[in-house]
Amino acid sequence: MNMLSAIPVWQALLGGALIGLSVAVYLLFAGRIAGISGLIEGAFGRSGRAVLNVIFLLALIGGAWIGAHLRPSGVAVHVTDSIPLLVTGGLLVGFGTRLGSGCTSGHGVCGMSRLSPRSIAATLIFVGTAALVATAMSALR
Amino acid sequence: MKTVLVAIVSGLLFGIGLSVSDMVNPARVLAFLTVGRGWDPTLAFVMTGALAVAGAGWLLKSKLSRPLAADAFHVPAKGAIDKRLVFGAIVFGVGWGLVGLCPGPALADLALAPLTTGIFTLALITGIALFHFSFEKWVAAVRAPHTGEDA
Repeated sequence: MNMLSAIPVWQALLGGALIGLSVAVYLLFAGRIAGISGLIEGAFGRSGRAVLNVIFLLALIGGAWIGAHLRPSGVAVHVTDSIPLLVTGGLLVGFGTRLGSGCTSGHGVCGMSRLSPRSIAATLIFVGTAALVATAMSALR
Repeated sequence: MKTVLVAIVSGLLFGIGLSVSDMVNPARVLAFLTVGRGWDPTLAFVMTGALAVAGAGWLLKSKLSRPLAADAFHVPAKGAIDKRLVFGAIVFGVGWGLVGLCPGPALADLALAPLTTGIFTLALITGIALFHFSFEKWVAAVRAPHTGEDA
């Protein structure tokens, strides 16, 4: 984590605002919640909705590519190279977000901006748990 | 057709936002989640920007009787905080704290660093599929009924 240099506050706010705009557009035009874990689960269905979810998710991947190229210095992605950690983490995040009906976007952005008590509780719990785990992992290194 | 366009525009905005805000970098997210020296506040600013604009969206929604490009709103009712929500959030939090990736950035990184993050994304989709195809029904039978789709 030493290679991490700060990004400007305006850039973080702008990126966040774009995510918020995505949520607002999907809500006002499609009438639905733009929660990513929910969109992925919905993609397993057999209706036209599943196709629409896949289109949203593919556009998200394309948008990330565009966003990375809008940044003059590009983006760096630093992640653990431990395969057991990646697999365990992925399974827990996938299963946990569906069991809890939402992730950082569904509860964190959509639900909290709606002042939903369930979403506020879920966000406090997953951020708190993640902070405990990340801090403990960093102490072990 | 209109809904396809909405999905494309929303998806693009979401992805661009993730890259611009650097949430695609797990090291950035872990630097927020790790309490102590070198703490990085970026995620809090990202959340602030997102909540401000999404909040305005909810205010505008209250003025609409139906969505602008669909027949009806499909938003979850504001239910009670149950065991399922709490346990799910804890399981998610453990995985997030281990790697620093949540579902949005995990997908976004398929465009940026598929070789290093792809295993996580594959496991993430597997975890969601496991839930969808088996545990969903089991959990619904044993625990509280599904209170709806929050996300």
